[in-house]
Amino acid sequence: MFIPCDRGGDSAGPDFKGFTLLMPAVSVGNVGQLAIDLVISTLDMTKVGYFYTDCLVPMVGNNPYATAEENSTELSINAEVYSLPSKKLVVLQIRSPFIKNKYRLFCETLLSWVKSSKCARVVLLSSSHAYQRDDEQLLGTPLRYLLTPDLEKAVGGRMKELNWKEMEKVAAYPGISDTDKVLHIPGGGITKLLFTESCSEGIQMAVLLKFCSEGDNIPDALVLVNYLNEWLQLIKSEVNPSSQWKIPSSWRLLFGNGLPPALF
Amino acid sequence: MATFFGEVVVAPSRAGLDEEEEAREETPEDREIRREIEKKREIDVLWTWQAGGRAQEPLVCSRFIVAIGRNAAAFLSSFILDSVCWEVVGVVKLWNEWCRTSSTTNVLPTDSFCLFYRLISDPTVLLCQCSCYVAEDQQFQWLEKVFGSMQKKGLQVTILSTCPVADYKTQESTLTLASPFLKALKTKEFQEQVCCPLLEQPNIVRDLPAA
Repeated sequence: MFIPCDRGGDSAGPDFKGFTLLMPAVSVGNVGQLAIDLVISTLDMTKVGYFYTDCLVPMVGNNPYATAEENSTELSINAEVYSLPSKKLVVLQIRSPFIKNKYRLFCETLLSWVKSSKCARVVLLSSSHAYQRDDEQLLGTPLRYLLTPDLEKAVGGRMKELNWKEMEKVAAYPGISDTDKVLHIPGGGITKLLFTESCSEGIQMAVLLKFCSEGDNIPDALVLVNYLNEWLQLIKSEVNPSSQWKIPSSWRLLFGNGLPPALF
Repeated sequence: MATFFGEVVVAPSRAGLDEEEEAREETPEDREIRREIEKKREIDVLWTWQAGGRAQEPLVCSRFIVAIGRNAAAFLSSFILDSVCWEVVGVVKLWNEWCRTSSTTNVLPTDSFCLFYRLISDPTVLLCQCSCYVAEDQQFQWLEKVFGSMQKKGLQVTILSTCPVADYKTQESTLTLASPFLKALKTKEFQEQVCCPLLEQPNIVRDLPAA
């Protein structure tokens, strides 16, 4: 699945042992993916490889993080891996939706790659439909977290210090009070599947998600990436943390081209 | 969500994952139906020189030109292909909701087809005209089966395709843009001069050309 970029003498490929894998779920508003774009762009991460997979819709373009003419011509595809060894961080970016019936296979292959590359933990950035919140969730912060039992032991205390809110379980049958509570992440794409599989396979995974709706999701991405930064401290959080993140050049024209002058 | 006129509309999510599909467990009948559909959607690559139509050894190929879509296929028909210099060597047989191709090599320009031609004077030059639509779930299969039949060392691949001007993202309006125009994407291994400007972000390429 993982194909390393050719890097000269390193025939074994990059080593991710002990690294934190940061990745998005393709979810409502694409917030996770936008947040990952901000991380890769701001930390100027180096591409170390890609996923050769038939589970995602194909796409290709030139370098989405280009800053100048010289670095704008590197091809970029739908699932790529970037790394920053100084922070022991490896990032997977997913740029297209899943092909019908292939998301389960992708999750299985991904988790087995996580185990074989010996990543210490996985942090999944995701989002959930804002309109599905219950009365209590409508108040207070729209940000939530989830930890697998193995990671709970390691960092559960830190989440309490940060005063973070854990994602609530909801009744399996709404309206009936004495039913089992289950995890429900509407609009979260593969978030719930990855999380439940990680729990049963003993993988240390954290999910960070934001309630949001479709629309201009750049502010949502900034909120989510700042939330991540409170914990992982990827950049120094100054007075105005949102201005510290570098918007990639590919975010231009998100809402269409310029207007024809003949319109006026 | 409520629209301007007051009716409630379910907005499609960019998550791309159908909620009901995710929640429902697959029954044995579902699995059987899915397997049957997958079999029906399988792609067959048939090469003409092999008895029975199945390629046995990898095809030695130095240049492979692929024209995807009706416009690109028509370009090759009008300017490159002729029965004197080129011979048909293969065909792709596939079915999806948009089109069906057959194993016949005698096609009309209005048909959906996917044919392979070889230059008679240099049999390592291969050309593919793919006017049919290859669905998302078939693109990877097409790729593996076509490229799986050829020896890829020293192979140069050129992909020709077209996109509507309205899809092109640019600062000015596409109404004032001089069209048609050419843009290119190339791998870093491609060292030759490209005949036109490179495709700028945020524009991307999808479907079979991307695959």
